Amino acid sequence: MRKKEMIAMLLAGGQGSRLGVLTATKAKPAVSFGGKYRVIDFPMSNCINSGVDTVGVLTQYQPLQLNQHIGIGIPWDLDRRLGGVTILAPHLKSDQGDWYTGTANAIYQNVEFIESYNPDYVLILSGDHIYKMNYAKMLDFHKEKKSDVTIAALEVPWEEASRFGLMNVHDDSRIFEFEEKPQNPKSNLANMGIYIFNWPVLRDALERDSHIHNNSDFGMHVLPMLLSDGAKMCAYPFGEYWMDVGTIESYWSANMDLVKTVPEFNLYEDFDKIYTDADHQPPMYTGPDAKVQATLLSEGCEVYGEVYNSVLGPMVIVEAGAVVRDSILMENCYVGRNTRLTRVIADADCSIGEDVVIGEGENTINAEKPKLYNTGITVLGEHTEIPDKVSIGKNCVVYGPTVPYDYPDGRLESGQSILRDPHMEGVEE
Amino acid sequence: MKAVGIILAGGKNERLQELTTIRATSAIPVGSCYRAIDFPLSNMTNSGIKKVAVITQYNSRSLHDHLSSPKWWDLGSKQGGLFILSPFLSSDNSAWFRGTADSIHQNLTFLKRSQEEYVVISSGDCVYKMDYNEMLAYHLRKGADITIAYRRVPDDDDIRMYGVMELDEHERMQDLEEKPLEPQSDLASIGVYIMKRQLLIDLIQTIVPEGRYELVRDLFARYRKRLKIYGYRFDGYWRNLNSIHSYFDCNMDFLHRDIRNLFMTTFPYIKTKPKDEPPAKYNAGATVINCLAGSGAILNGYANRSIIFRKVFAGEGSHISNAIIMEGSEIGRGCVVEHAIIDKDVIIPEGERVIGTVDAPVIVPKVRL
Repeated sequence: MRKKEMIAMLLAGGQGSRLGVLTATKAKPAVSFGGKYRVIDFPMSNCINSGVDTVGVLTQYQPLQLNQHIGIGIPWDLDRRLGGVTILAPHLKSDQGDWYTGTANAIYQNVEFIESYNPDYVLILSGDHIYKMNYAKMLDFHKEKKSDVTIAALEVPWEEASRFGLMNVHDDSRIFEFEEKPQNPKSNLANMGIYIFNWPVLRDALERDSHIHNNSDFGMHVLPMLLSDGAKMCAYPFGEYWMDVGTIESYWSANMDLVKTVPEFNLYEDFDKIYTDADHQPPMYTGPDAKVQATLLSEGCEVYGEVYNSVLGPMVIVEAGAVVRDSILMENCYVGRNTRLTRVIADADCSIGEDVVIGEGENTINAEKPKLYNTGITVLGEHTEIPDKVSIGKNCVVYGPTVPYDYPDGRLESGQSILRDPHMEGVEE
Repeated sequence: MKAVGIILAGGKNERLQELTTIRATSAIPVGSCYRAIDFPLSNMTNSGIKKVAVITQYNSRSLHDHLSSPKWWDLGSKQGGLFILSPFLSSDNSAWFRGTADSIHQNLTFLKRSQEEYVVISSGDCVYKMDYNEMLAYHLRKGADITIAYRRVPDDDDIRMYGVMELDEHERMQDLEEKPLEPQSDLASIGVYIMKRQLLIDLIQTIVPEGRYELVRDLFARYRKRLKIYGYRFDGYWRNLNSIHSYFDCNMDFLHRDIRNLFMTTFPYIKTKPKDEPPAKYNAGATVINCLAGSGAILNGYANRSIIFRKVFAGEGSHISNAIIMEGSEIGRGCVVEHAIIDKDVIIPEGERVIGTVDAPVIVPKVRL
């Protein structure tokens, strides 16, 4: 009978709605990060770097880009005859089908997949976080503690602890209480959403909870149930870099962390590399008048203008005279001559014309979605086109092909939005 | 494409000096992230060839290293594959390859076991992009037995280094002379040949037992009257890495946008073995102009008109110009590197000056200094 000691189940179905237009056509794990990567590359690479060669990826929200990115798992060496990567989408079962209604429910709907590998342990991961972690060491800890469930715990600063789901533990790391965003935290160990379960314990808990909650969730239902049943649950302390890129501001600043001369999160080590899919990996070119400083350039970038303090994805072109500052430009973006960008996040395939100014003006928060766009960053969705000679303020959102007609007096004031169907051709009126 | 591919990558080129003491010419690094063989190999798979043999002999380890997995060129399939053929010992034969024809003869099983009707042969040390389907269509249109791709050699290149062809008005080859003293035309073979697989098998089985081991001299030139051999004119970019000069110039050609567009942004692309390095990092204070850089490079200091490969580190205050710096090398703080070729994994210590001239770039081989 075939057997894997531990397999991973990677929850990648979430929208990440606080990332606004960046997740309009893709799930949060498919959002690009650090130029050439996507968020899901981090847990996927951690898996193979930890010797976990069987990974089920649970998708639901906008899975197309994620599916294309993962393919058969070649970049992560997860193209295996036994194991490897398997995409697990919600599906019909005889006469009915269900969406994944919660994190635990998603795993419950794939019990047969897990059973087919006959594992001793199941590693539950989320596809939302940027970090490097060796899950094999976590498994050693799990075995050493003779634990039923081990939860990775991030030591967060005490003053921020009340923003997290916390775990209160005894000296031997055994968890005796969960607290969700408490006013007066008793511990600074935050639940990172990374779990190792003994498979029989998990299987039984999923089965039982499925009869109680139809939106079965690990944090809200399954873990508290197991704790009150007296299961042995331990917190595995993790003290290294970990970032939830959940908001526009945190996404921007996590990218900006990487351009520091000595970044806290080091991608340049020879071991534990982060792998990603790229159809080819050509070099980057900086032109005769280029100025590129404190910046990451990904494969195939061509810079003829100036780029400061920015992260550029693969195949981005910045033409002569253009000045890009404090910005994130994803794959295939084009920046025309003499255009100025300041604090802009441009999703893949944006085309920005000549003599355009984006990100200057008053810091007015976004009128339609003030909770999402309020830190001065202007965001362009995938495939956005900006015509020549217009200016766009701060906290704006532009999505889809736009034409001069969309900009009265050639200007989109701070806090305003233009949302077009990206698949429609721009129509001049 | 109903063809198998053969890449002749066994050669040794003394004129590349220290760059080929540890590697095959076909494994020489080009354009910040490629190896020479990536170009013919990608051409083959981009043309739809599913089965490719790479014939190697001299310093073959370097090629084995680079071609460690066929999947980067989409050759990891059951119906095709990437075959790396090196000389081997057997009961009836224990010879090194005595020439290009002999190297095919010793691996004739590869051709005999294939079913594809045609064979495309390319040399492994030329930088070019070609759709062999167009050449095959020409071959069929001409009713040729053998088609040889050629180009008009520009004045600044020495035609006496090539196989020089004379063609009649219908492009049929009248003569072919390898590295002639007195070239009779300015048309040179670029080392790309198409013919029927069975014809190649028959010809090789005829000439090699007679002690004739070279494709160009003993087959194409000798059979030019008996067989219909046609020239196929290729006007695209083509460089042979046959001297330090051509190697240096070929790399610097990648500083032109149209050359980069040809190989890197026009589909289908040239593929290479991925190294999964992070994006290149241009630190505060760096000035990097008219330069190509590979992923994983960390750049401080000044660089101009240079080809910087993957994982190169350039320290603060370093000054790099007109240089090729290969993968993993470290240029220390305050170093000056001009008109130089720095091989892989070389460490230039702080403050060192490595300065060559336009005519004679300094070559710093692996493990020195």
